[in-house]
Amino acid sequence: MSGADLAPEYTTDDEAFRQQNPMAEFLRMERMPHIWCPGCGIGTVVTCFAEAIKAGGHDRDKIAVVSGIGCSGRVAGYVKFDSFHTTHGRAIPFATGLKLANPELKVVVISGDGDLASIGGNHLIHAARRNMDLMVICVNNFTYGMTGGQVTPTTPTDANASTTPYGNYETPFSLPLLADASGATFVARWTALHAHNITQTFKKALKHKGFSFIEVIAPCTTLYQRRNKLGDGLDAMEYYKEDADIQHGVDTRAVGISFQGKIALGKFVERQKPTFLDAVNAHYMKVLGDSYQLYGKTPLEKEAEERARLSATKEAKIRECGADD
Amino acid sequence: MKDRSVAEFLKTVPADPKGVLTGRHFMDGDHALAEGALAAGCRFFAGYPITPSTETAERFAERCPEVGGLFIQMEDEIASITANVGAVWGGQKVMTVTSGPGFSLMMETVGLACMMETPMVVADVQRGGPSTGLPTLTAQQDMMQVRWGSHGDYRIIALVPDSPQECFDLAIEAFNLSETYRVPVFIMTDETVGHMHEKVVIPPAGEIRVVERNWYTGPKEDYRPYDFNGQTVAPMVKAGDGYRFHTTGLTHDERGYPALTPEMNKKVVTHLVEKIESNADKIIRTEEDGLHGADVVVVSYGISSRIAIRAIQQARKAGIKVGMLRLITVWPFCETKIRNLARKAKAIVVPELNYGQVVLEVERCAAGQCKVISVNSCGGAVHDPDEILAAIKEGVK
Amino acid sequence: MSFGKLKKAYGRVTINPNWCKGCGFCVEYCPTDALEMSKAYNAKGYHPSMVKNAEDCRDCKFCEKVCPEFAIFVTTDQR
Repeated sequence: MSGADLAPEYTTDDEAFRQQNPMAEFLRMERMPHIWCPGCGIGTVVTCFAEAIKAGGHDRDKIAVVSGIGCSGRVAGYVKFDSFHTTHGRAIPFATGLKLANPELKVVVISGDGDLASIGGNHLIHAARRNMDLMVICVNNFTYGMTGGQVTPTTPTDANASTTPYGNYETPFSLPLLADASGATFVARWTALHAHNITQTFKKALKHKGFSFIEVIAPCTTLYQRRNKLGDGLDAMEYYKEDADIQHGVDTRAVGISFQGKIALGKFVERQKPTFLDAVNAHYMKVLGDSYQLYGKTPLEKEAEERARLSATKEAKIRECGADD
Repeated sequence: MKDRSVAEFLKTVPADPKGVLTGRHFMDGDHALAEGALAAGCRFFAGYPITPSTETAERFAERCPEVGGLFIQMEDEIASITANVGAVWGGQKVMTVTSGPGFSLMMETVGLACMMETPMVVADVQRGGPSTGLPTLTAQQDMMQVRWGSHGDYRIIALVPDSPQECFDLAIEAFNLSETYRVPVFIMTDETVGHMHEKVVIPPAGEIRVVERNWYTGPKEDYRPYDFNGQTVAPMVKAGDGYRFHTTGLTHDERGYPALTPEMNKKVVTHLVEKIESNADKIIRTEEDGLHGADVVVVSYGISSRIAIRAIQQARKAGIKVGMLRLITVWPFCETKIRNLARKAKAIVVPELNYGQVVLEVERCAAGQCKVISVNSCGGAVHDPDEILAAIKEGVK
Repeated sequence: MSFGKLKKAYGRVTINPNWCKGCGFCVEYCPTDALEMSKAYNAKGYHPSMVKNAEDCRDCKFCEKVCPEFAIFVTTDQR
């Protein structure tokens, strides 16, 4: 620091700050500070996610975070859960496999608009169709930030991007509509400014059984804002403040976003439907009767096995130590 | 006398009887693959239909609910193999099956599986290509693709069955190898082996040896998902057990965290390559007959080796000293064996249902010490034994 | 309505000036205007935020929630 006396609120001990920070239990602090730009909305989303988990009292050992490639994809590497940084567009199928292999997990996908809706679009609609019990957080900054600001399927028409340098001539997806039309049972949208709301929605989504899709419109200060001469992060937040309207339950066909246009926010869809696994289990129990048992063991049997294995390992180690006597 | 070399694995346990369909069956290779996987403990299958592999998926769809496994038909091959990688990290043994076009789609994720050191089994029931090619007709045209298909440097293991019985046996071996080396293992069958019906004997569960996943049991704080020593692999954990581990497809350190430097990449790549290459002699399986003193050696794999037997018998009747080397493991390739054979034999004949793929490895290892004669085919049908016989006669000239 | 038992909440702000990238979110959206951007620079060339008046902090923790850097947090002042 230069140019002023250190203020009392300024931490002088970096290590102490890492330990005392309320995010310490949720972040891999040894990897801080992160790579995101000033004013980027991803950090806010991570904080809201952490808050929601804290408030919801979830078993943190059972939370798994899966992300794709991109700036938002880096979230998995920073959160202190079992986390997987997978390939571009494939976070959702990975998460599907993870969840189906161990249904006790709460699997959360955190990725960006390009990753989830462009290359990952097919997986998005199918997981939604199946009502796979996944929570998908889409940080939508209208661009491919990590690679330098290319156009994505959510970039508004007329916006500038590095691969539409004369302005975007395509019509973007409305992600809540896409998710809803595909069968998602929980669809919501907020902006990075609405931190409280994001947290509340995340809390609900964490408890929701089925496919939840939460879009968070966030600033990309270095690429989208700059290329479109929209100012910095504060300017983006001001745009959100001025032009976002909370419209809970509104028809998702009405929530498209034009360039710097109105943004409809809120929880658009929340319904209950059997998840993929519910459907599988119910169906096979009907067809095969009581003999059907997914993965063959009841949770109690599994626990007993685990205990037996661990004590056997301990005994073997004790025997090893005694071998030289 | 036929010698079958035996691969070495981590400690094995008897198979779970729930997945073992003990008995004498009459089934095709595709079905036998599924049964082998189930016997090995595979309880998760994410796949996508593609001729001529669909029967395996269909078998899994029928059998999974019976054995308490989960079958899911994903939206495409990319989703299938990616879901499989996820399922491994969720704690299951997984398999998928495909053919040429689907195999190509899966390649990026093969790289991810190798980078994350994920044990899994992928079967490719090969058909005529390239592109859509001959969907219902046999070929062995993906033999180089299985080795080089994904970008970057890595090593995989590829087994080639020659019969439905071997489809069953090698499926179990594939799982055992994959758990031992934390690597994707490929079973390269073809439409002929996949669709031929033969006797398949499935022994009692107690006689089937299965490698359980090497689960980490130490203190949580000390867990490292990777151990880049080029010989062995770190034990695994699964999500949900409180290890709070991270893993990525980016070049990473032993904690699994991204570490994007040339030095770290060297560590990672060297380990991925060496863990297979340094253990090649424990992995490679071959079947040989009459190699001692042979003037011509026929090196073949899969269905082509069965056709070759006929040619070899006829050649021997004609007085030619012909040996047979059947590659059960094609990758890693048995370089030393070929090098030694090339020194003594006059010629090596390589019949394969492609335009010449594994023969390139034979040529490389023979290094000009003997003639290497390729008996090529563009797929669609198995060789005529006379073509192979002609090549043998050519070799002994 | 009786406000007799209600107490004002107070918070103590902690800022890591080296992590702060001067985005201004905390300053702009603090509901009691308790923060401001400093004139000083950190090593990366950013002006970190600082507390304008500690007594104005009402422990709402919005700055903590919205900060993209995890660089600011508020501990409840139990006075």
